[in-house]
Amino acid sequence: MTMSNNHGGNSAMSYPVGVALAGGTLLGLFLMARAVDPVMAFHGFLFLAFCVGGIFLLIRQHYAPAPTVGAGMTYNDAITRAGVIISMFWGVVGFLAGLAIALQLAFPALNLDLPWTNFGRLRPVHTSAVIFAFGGNVLLATSFHVVQRTCRARLAGEIAPWFVLWGYNLFIVIAASGYVLGVTQSKEYAEPEWYADLWLTLVWVVYLLVFLATLWRRREPHIYVANWFYLAFIVTVAMLHIVNNLAVPVSWAGTKSYSLFAGVQDALTQWWYGHNAVGFFLTAGFLGIMYYFVPKQADRPVYSYRLSIVHFWSLIFLYIWAGPHHLHYTALPQWAQTLGMTFSIMLWMPSWGGMINGLMTLSGAWDKLRTDPVLRMLVVSVAFYGMSTFEGPVMSIRAVNSLSHYTDWTVGHVHSGALGWVAFVSFGALYALTPILWRRQRLYSLQLVSAHFWIASIGIVLYITAMWVSGILQGLMWRAYDSLGFLEYSFVETVAAMHPFYVIRALGGALFVAGALIMAYNLWRTVRGDLRSEALPAARPSPAAVPAE
Amino acid sequence: MIRHATIEKHSILLLVLILIVVAIGGLVQITPLFYLESTIEKVQGMRPYTPLELAGRNIYVREGCYNCHSQMIRSLRDEVERYGPYSLAAESMYDHPFQWGSKRTGPDLARVGGRYSDEWHVEHMNDPRALVPESVMPGYPFLAKTPLDTAQIADDLRANRAVGVPYTDEMIEAAVADAHAQADPQAAGAEALQARYPKSQARDFDGNPAMVSDLDALIAYLQMLGTLVDFGVYKPEENLR
Repeated sequence: MTMSNNHGGNSAMSYPVGVALAGGTLLGLFLMARAVDPVMAFHGFLFLAFCVGGIFLLIRQHYAPAPTVGAGMTYNDAITRAGVIISMFWGVVGFLAGLAIALQLAFPALNLDLPWTNFGRLRPVHTSAVIFAFGGNVLLATSFHVVQRTCRARLAGEIAPWFVLWGYNLFIVIAASGYVLGVTQSKEYAEPEWYADLWLTLVWVVYLLVFLATLWRRREPHIYVANWFYLAFIVTVAMLHIVNNLAVPVSWAGTKSYSLFAGVQDALTQWWYGHNAVGFFLTAGFLGIMYYFVPKQADRPVYSYRLSIVHFWSLIFLYIWAGPHHLHYTALPQWAQTLGMTFSIMLWMPSWGGMINGLMTLSGAWDKLRTDPVLRMLVVSVAFYGMSTFEGPVMSIRAVNSLSHYTDWTVGHVHSGALGWVAFVSFGALYALTPILWRRQRLYSLQLVSAHFWIASIGIVLYITAMWVSGILQGLMWRAYDSLGFLEYSFVETVAAMHPFYVIRALGGALFVAGALIMAYNLWRTVRGDLRSEALPAARPSPAAVPAE
Repeated sequence: MIRHATIEKHSILLLVLILIVVAIGGLVQITPLFYLESTIEKVQGMRPYTPLELAGRNIYVREGCYNCHSQMIRSLRDEVERYGPYSLAAESMYDHPFQWGSKRTGPDLARVGGRYSDEWHVEHMNDPRALVPESVMPGYPFLAKTPLDTAQIADDLRANRAVGVPYTDEMIEAAVADAHAQADPQAAGAEALQARYPKSQARDFDGNPAMVSDLDALIAYLQMLGTLVDFGVYKPEENLR
């Protein structure tokens, strides 16, 4: 698999892109020479390497033989294949980072007391690696696949999609290496500094243009529902990213910046962003995956077209209001807290509407859950989506939040959504995509998919139950009074009580990592074209073929 | 009424409608915070961070302390009894960015200033479990060994002024001198520092007179947290929201 396969000789964009990359090389050199701190010099070097690599690929493409034009249009699958490989790589990295910091909380000596290995710097590495590196690349890969298939059109542009994929991953590397070296804005899930944010903005605009231009090429009159969700994800993430990252850099050749907003305004802007990173990155985008891959894998149409429309508009309208529920009982004015809580509770409805639409798509095909472990993964992901979107509104109620906030309950809630919904639907999509993209008859082994499913599911259950217990326990201990009216526990007693649950959580995480490693092995063998000889469960004939009785 | 099929057939229409629908919530919730006068209480005592405190705050951010420590005491009985008066919006009015946090693996730090001695902090940063055996906090022994980099500190103040913190020209000019004066009680500029930054504490925080270290700055920051507003004279009923 080489990039030039699908590039096709010369493109009109080669020269302007080449000039831009040459300019980028000079900018990288400038940053290396004039940087006011060593991290900026290092990131200047990364940027320079990126631009030189890009120029090299352009030249190689220039001299590559023009592809023979076959009959009709071909899809750009090369980019999706690259996206699948990158996603799997970042998935394993991100899960391992999570396991490492989970173990640090159980056994603090593992921090090693070095700047680069302490929990405070590694936690953003974990969150960014799983959300943006794994989740983001899954979204890039699947959106590029889905938009082509549902529009029956080749992805727009030959260079632009590759710029989006590699440029996005450059952003990931700059962000993660920055955290380890102490460069962060300290806004959760928006930690990358101003220059990485500017770069991501550029990449994201090109992503939007590629997506839109592909829609314009479509040979279907309607835009398929999965693409509405992808489009809402792309547009809204752009809005959130730009507003929440407004900052003034200390120096144009330095890493440090100061957020434009302060205190209470900064807090609400951040959680408007933070909650909608969940709502639009981890939900809308992955609902796009659900709306394509569940019907595809079940071989049934989406349950209800009308429900799709109601689901879509109500979800994107309501989600954006939910941010203030992260700030209950804080210095945020109460009217804003109440608004946030109210909309969070209303959000339950579209969330469950979407879940019902996904699950009911299996009407008439439920028996496939017995025979198709990939479909099982997809369906369980939708069930987890329903569970965490039920739990979320409950936790947004002020009285519940007074107990749950600042505790592990929040961490458990996030992971039931992240592991159960986002990761499982991603796994299902990657399992479904790999045989298609590499033109294989089937996956290397369905039994390994089944093993992955069970190991990861047990891991999730251990994880979230441990966090429920530790979170509620700690919340109750903080507010416990003795018979004389004094606080019963010192803070550190509540920390000590967490230890067994932190061990169980790490065990759950280890199982989840093990499942991902099995998956990586399975996908690798599939790509190689191997087929494991195993007794495949016999699928019943499609119900459509059975006459009604 | 516009049929949904029309929207589904026009990508730009779909795009524009999405943008309108997702913009409303943020506009209604966030923009009033910038003009409603009741958002930030009227208090006495708030001032910009001294250069040394700001440097300490930047170390707090760099090391990711916010991942485990909140700086936001909620208006709940147990929190007020455990940590002190609930946090006011005014107390983070100069915080770019805010450090309210979202998780308490460790305790809230909004009012940690003055709660422990400098010596306690030095020992605790060096090896947390030497003082608190049950603690799961990482050790930060490297902070005491790292000299504080003050080369950019005036630029830091300037950038803060650009985003609205009322640093004066005089404060920016004296930034490096003030940073050193605060960590060295023998330095000449201690009085000028106190005049520019009331209630600032000047002493050798890390107990090592040979060097102004990252640890000096971090402890200077921790020791001022929550100490600026005098709650003896603050009247919450005048700030009902």
